[in-house]
Amino acid sequence: MDAKDQNFLKVIQGPEAEASGCSEKSTCGSSAGPADMDPEVWNKVKNHPCYSEEAHHFYARMHVAVAPACNIQCNYCNRKYDCSNESRPGVVSERLSPELAAKKVLAVASEIHQMTVVGIAGAGDSLANPDKTFKTFELISKVAPDIKLCLSTNGLALPEMVDRIADYNVDHVTVTINMVDPEVGERIYPWIYYNKKRWKGRDAAKILSERQLLGLERLTARKILVKVNSVMIPGVNDLHLKAVNREVKKRGAFLHNIMPLISEPEHGTYYGLTGQRGPTAEELKHLQDSCEGEMNMMRHCRQCRADAVGLLGEDRSAEFTNEKIEAIEITDVAYDMTAREAYRDKVEETREKERKIKEMLAGLGMENGLSQAPPILVAVATQGEGMVNQHFGHAREFQVYEVTAAEAKFIGHRRVDLYCEGGYGEDDSLTRITQALSDCVAVMVAKVGGCPKKTLEEAGIAAVDAYAFQSIKPSLLKYFGEYTEGVRSGRITPKAAGGQTKIRSGALTGTGQIPLSVIG
Amino acid sequence: MAYTIVLDNCTGCSACEPECPNAAISGTDDGLFQIDPDLCTECVGFFDEAQCTAVCPIDDTCIPDRACVEDRETLMAKKVKLHGG
Ligand code: SF4
Ligand code: SF4
Ligand code: SF4
Repeated sequence: MDAKDQNFLKVIQGPEAEASGCSEKSTCGSSAGPADMDPEVWNKVKNHPCYSEEAHHFYARMHVAVAPACNIQCNYCNRKYDCSNESRPGVVSERLSPELAAKKVLAVASEIHQMTVVGIAGAGDSLANPDKTFKTFELISKVAPDIKLCLSTNGLALPEMVDRIADYNVDHVTVTINMVDPEVGERIYPWIYYNKKRWKGRDAAKILSERQLLGLERLTARKILVKVNSVMIPGVNDLHLKAVNREVKKRGAFLHNIMPLISEPEHGTYYGLTGQRGPTAEELKHLQDSCEGEMNMMRHCRQCRADAVGLLGEDRSAEFTNEKIEAIEITDVAYDMTAREAYRDKVEETREKERKIKEMLAGLGMENGLSQAPPILVAVATQGEGMVNQHFGHAREFQVYEVTAAEAKFIGHRRVDLYCEGGYGEDDSLTRITQALSDCVAVMVAKVGGCPKKTLEEAGIAAVDAYAFQSIKPSLLKYFGEYTEGVRSGRITPKAAGGQTKIRSGALTGTGQIPLSVIG
Repeated sequence: MAYTIVLDNCTGCSACEPECPNAAISGTDDGLFQIDPDLCTECVGFFDEAQCTAVCPIDDTCIPDRACVEDRETLMAKKVKLHGG
């Protein structure tokens, strides 16, 4: 490492968390910041962990599941159980009354100062339960006026709810739109309940689509931010999602989040039972890339559960169960606005620093004629703060970056089972990791054991611990140079494209207890 | 015939409760839902389809109760009795 780089690393190491790697273009969500975004929009999203990739390292969100009923049926949903596609808990999970939900928000916000957003996304559809949803918002805005409110909906009931949404000052709405063509829709939605009737087939899909787009138009007309979620279902709507992307952009959605279908027979969903597969990581990335030119895409979404608490990818909901919340007296909770503001000030400072670092990074690694070398994918084990700081065996998910000489671009998370946890037998879970990372040439870790290292290498994935506890992005850029040199000298054989990388359920819903330590 | 909810299937999602024109549906102690046969008119007098069946996400959960058969006139009379003309 030369002196210049030494200096450089000194600047970026330390407690400053680094945004997990976006190019200067608006490639992932709103991470690129004010330069390429309407200032009014940026202002609204900059502290929103789900919308701003940068913010999702600093701020936390919380979902309260006050809305158990739904008015449609999706083929990827079995409402008896947790749904990993719409990130909602099953109706059999903990259910909250609006009063209990408000209490829970207060308790969490007092404990976790990063908590800036409360959302309602289930267990059913927030707008199929309007009274519960809006009562919850009303109670929260009374006790905690600094908290942003958001909701997710399938859109069927949306058009008539827009005024109420505006009244409660809800500024973020997520609409799940999987199609704009009833012929596609009839393969996703078996029925809807609308105007006191059950509709089926193409009629159902036609009504749903019209209502979704009308709702979207009305929201954007009221300057309410709208993110569109789409579930990518290979062979059903994968090609069609480009058309969806165009239509929702035209109507003013500011972000489009394409999520992989998560479908296993044991979920008991129609798709799970009929063997409909989800996309591979390569297919997902390809689609996201092809939509990217047209609109902000969101790649850091991890499909958190509707009752999740914490930073994205981190779920602390086990600390705040109904039982524990019920035991809290509202008067016991000191809602400390000053502490919360102080936290926000500190974060703003850090983020300012980061933006400067990003500028400095832009040119690094351009020497040595590396700029012509093809991009590689590298996985990183991190506990957050923008550092390579997690033991391979402790990683429950990896961040994946696409690296060229000029930039290290964050493209998504890959979930794996905890390798150290065993359970299924260690070999088995290691196989699962090599599958999940099969398109990566390397995985950067703080530390890795000899055995897994060998297995990874056999799978064509170098386990790299030389960058332990250093900042992710500059490490990746340096590694790119190393790798390219290795290929040129014949020391490294470049990987053939596989196209079979398996995506595991994005929601951290493992059986039993929920880990507290995973921070993106 | 009044409708009934098969408790083994019901998830307690509550979707049916607000849709009933007769307020015949109420929660049970363990978080599921039930229909009061004295109040259920099979939606006769209001809608063509039984609303609870139309909205329920689980097949074969809100179903006609064979133990409680009534003809259309009886149901209509029940509706008139409950709501007037
Ligand atoms: S809208 Fe959500 S809750 Fe309703 S069926 Fe679809 S995935 Fe399930
Ligand atoms: S059939 Fe109609 S009246 Fe009877 S319980 Fe169902 S919704 Fe109510
Ligand atoms: S709609 Fe069906 S599943 Fe939901 S509470 Fe009513 S009977 Fe139970």
